[in-house]
Amino acid sequence: MATTITKTEKLIGKRIRRREDPRLITGTATYVDDMQLAGMHYASIVRSPHAAAKIRSIDIKAALAAPGVVAVFTGKDTEQVGPVPCGGSLPGLRVPHHHILATDRVYFVGHPVAVVVAADRYVARDAADLVEVDWEVLPAVADPEKALAPGAPPVHPQWPDNTAFTYHQEGGDIDKAFAEADVIVKQRIVSQRLVPVAMETRGVIADWRGADRALTLYTSTQVPHLVRTLVAGMLGLEENRMRVVAPEVGGGFGSKLNIYAEEALMGFVAMKINKPVKWIESRRENFLCTIHGRGHVDYFEVAAKKDGTILGIKLKLIQDLGSYHQLLTPVIPTLSVLMMPGLYRTQNIRADIVGVFTNCVPTDAYRGAGRPEATHGIERMVDILADELKMDPAEIRLKNFVQKEEFPFPTATGLMYDSGDYSAPLAKVLDLAGYQELRAEQAKAQAAGKLMGVGLCTYGEICGIGPSPATPAGGWESATVKIEPSGKVTVMTGSCHHGQGEETTFAMIAADELGIGIDDILVVRGDTAIVQYGIGTFGSRATAIGGTALYFALQEMKVKIKKFGAMLLESDDVTFEDGRVTCNKTGNSKPLAEIAGASYRAMKLPPNTEPGLNVTYFWEPPNFTFGFGAHFIVTDIDRDTGHIKIRRYIAVDDCGNILNPLIVDGQVHGGVAQGLGQALWEQAVYDDNGQLVTGEFMDYVMPRAHMMPWVESHHTITPSPVNPLGVKGVGEAGTIGASPALVNSVVDALSHLGVRHIDMPLTPEKIWKILQTAGKN
Amino acid sequence: MKINLTINGKPHSHDVEPRLLLIHYLREVVGLTGSHIGCETTLCGACTIEMNGQAVKSCTVFAVQADGANLVTIEGLASNGKHHAMQEAFWNQHGAQCGFCTPGMIMASKQILDRNPNPTDEEIRHGIEGNLCRCTGYQHIVNAVRAAAEATK
Ligand code: FES
Ligand code: FES
Repeated sequence: MATTITKTEKLIGKRIRRREDPRLITGTATYVDDMQLAGMHYASIVRSPHAAAKIRSIDIKAALAAPGVVAVFTGKDTEQVGPVPCGGSLPGLRVPHHHILATDRVYFVGHPVAVVVAADRYVARDAADLVEVDWEVLPAVADPEKALAPGAPPVHPQWPDNTAFTYHQEGGDIDKAFAEADVIVKQRIVSQRLVPVAMETRGVIADWRGADRALTLYTSTQVPHLVRTLVAGMLGLEENRMRVVAPEVGGGFGSKLNIYAEEALMGFVAMKINKPVKWIESRRENFLCTIHGRGHVDYFEVAAKKDGTILGIKLKLIQDLGSYHQLLTPVIPTLSVLMMPGLYRTQNIRADIVGVFTNCVPTDAYRGAGRPEATHGIERMVDILADELKMDPAEIRLKNFVQKEEFPFPTATGLMYDSGDYSAPLAKVLDLAGYQELRAEQAKAQAAGKLMGVGLCTYGEICGIGPSPATPAGGWESATVKIEPSGKVTVMTGSCHHGQGEETTFAMIAADELGIGIDDILVVRGDTAIVQYGIGTFGSRATAIGGTALYFALQEMKVKIKKFGAMLLESDDVTFEDGRVTCNKTGNSKPLAEIAGASYRAMKLPPNTEPGLNVTYFWEPPNFTFGFGAHFIVTDIDRDTGHIKIRRYIAVDDCGNILNPLIVDGQVHGGVAQGLGQALWEQAVYDDNGQLVTGEFMDYVMPRAHMMPWVESHHTITPSPVNPLGVKGVGEAGTIGASPALVNSVVDALSHLGVRHIDMPLTPEKIWKILQTAGKN
Repeated sequence: MKINLTINGKPHSHDVEPRLLLIHYLREVVGLTGSHIGCETTLCGACTIEMNGQAVKSCTVFAVQADGANLVTIEGLASNGKHHAMQEAFWNQHGAQCGFCTPGMIMASKQILDRNPNPTDEEIRHGIEGNLCRCTGYQHIVNAVRAAAEATK
């Protein structure tokens, strides 16, 4: 529940209800599909029904002849448009040319081959069915391990081994670590393909003003400036002639941190027909054509001493890339490698990634992007090791944690953990859970033939992504603070939030720094014509980097305010507090509104003084921030049905300082839902022909309200030294903590029956099947 | 086909194609874009409105089926410039993140209380199980419905 606030109180740390909500709860927010432009046309896209096929010919005559259709374009028409860009560069990376419409061959079900444009949405959709494609169907491969097998159908004929890249990273002396080990545990662990499923599908409106050579793209994106730079490049349009607007964005989770063929395609169509054109992705298209996430097969090996000390970790990672590289596709598994030591001290690691092409839609960033996969792996392995050594899972973790005094801590993968106290959330979660009592209860339950499990995950997370050298497209963020002549404040942020609440959090930061009421502040984002260049919202970065850019802009602003205040008060000895500049000698003071007005009227400016109150700040972080925490789940399993009931879910997250606990809670809950979604229900299943079997809400099981447990959300607070706000990031924490805790809990319930690992999703059917054989031989 | 109906207390009359979905009619003909489209297959609830007092998914109703009906959409919930108790509760409890599911979620939640002013958490969760939210994990939504029930006692 939100708190009510009085005017002069500091806001940071309070449960302030969100300023973006009035439009959301009244249905007056404007998402892309809510916009109508004069003369607007509608596009419908013809897509491949085959995972692999040659296009012999395309007949567009019937579609073009349909009443109301104004144009049909195929890959021949768009060949000059630049390829869909891949931002990742790895040594030896094979990058297939990714046309916005297929030319002579398709590589996945849903691959766009033609676009039909009409004045009416229904007409465009009907006419799309009239486009006749003559296909030569080819064998497809949809499973990454099968794609690597000799003789597998080549996804791209020029690369018969289906290997896009291999990547090796090593730290310490891994061979020595394994030679000295008392015990080595090995496990194959799958992080299945998932569909991000933002509730708002993608959508684009392109508006071309030929006389001005000006293109405006309204698109549901997390990264408007990046879209502008890259789509302008694809279309051969000068970047300053292009404007990108991300209106209200209905969720992203990484799936809108990308550059999509349809964004350039709508620009192309609008420029051709000289009319605005709208394309709204159907849910079916969203499943088939928007990036997927995860898609790992991981082979883990952990070497340890008898006392539980972890000596080294090896990982062979097979990444299902899909058919193309989208913006970050090949980079995502490298993030898993960075995070593979988790919270543990071991300095010896070896990782080998094989990036594999399959006839599926590309994988890319989905909430957590590489870190959930790594955490799932290492947290499962630690439990497997504990089981092998007959140690308590909490005890083995404590034994291997990086210690509080060791920060900043250099990891074997080249990261520098900023700050932490890893045993604190673990101790707290065990205490909240009543761990010893639960273990005693479990022993009794087992004796009575019941299946009860407790599962733990202690995770670390790379937040605040990231310093520019570590990111493909700049890791900084920008903020502008303008104080208008009336004293009202406008904040423009390069972060492009889409549900994370920065319209509120950033206004809180500004209100506290300027000592004014939050209602005097407006936060603007998402329009390249208004907002200075920015990077966007992803990777738990908005507050850590965008909020910090704002903080520094405000510090510069305060210097300016004082200068103008000093001018008005005719004194050099002034302070700025609670929205007023006060002369320390006379006690006379001027309110911000009066100072702002004077700064623009500029009547008696001291020499070399710039009129007005306007500051822009670009902040480059010196490091990532590293959030951490402990999630704990108690499960009861029904022997007869295999149904898993979550009795308790306790999360203790350390995301550094907390600016708005109400919003942080919401981030944790949502993250946990997605993590449990992966652990229990969700899975993008392609059959051997490359057809997506779970391509609708009917088949792809998303968490619904009655499936979710109550999440008890708690925190420890270890401020980050990386930024002056002391914040780390929390957007992905829940997702990272949830899946290992759940699987560890279920395996714990079944371990006395000889079960050591189960791959996600843990459907009742899977558990029931295990129960039919487990413990019986 | 000609249809006459009442939306948020105002009469409307249009000539529509028989196949036009009610959600498209509301959004594109009448201009009420508060109800959203998340699937068009009755599975997400983003398009939930009230038709003759019953919550319905308007992507699964043809506009012509609403001939003569009395509809309430999210835009019609507030009265005299004051939020409905359910809207206020969603605001206070942080029941919306990206907001895309929110209008449908609020309409479905209102229906829960219309039928049962004192629902348990379990009843609330079952009451909104036809509405998908990818952002909130539902917990703050459950809090909101409970708070609205309290507020309207
Ligand atoms: S749009 Fe109607 S239920 Fe999804
Ligand atoms: S708030 Fe985003 S889908 Fe519910």
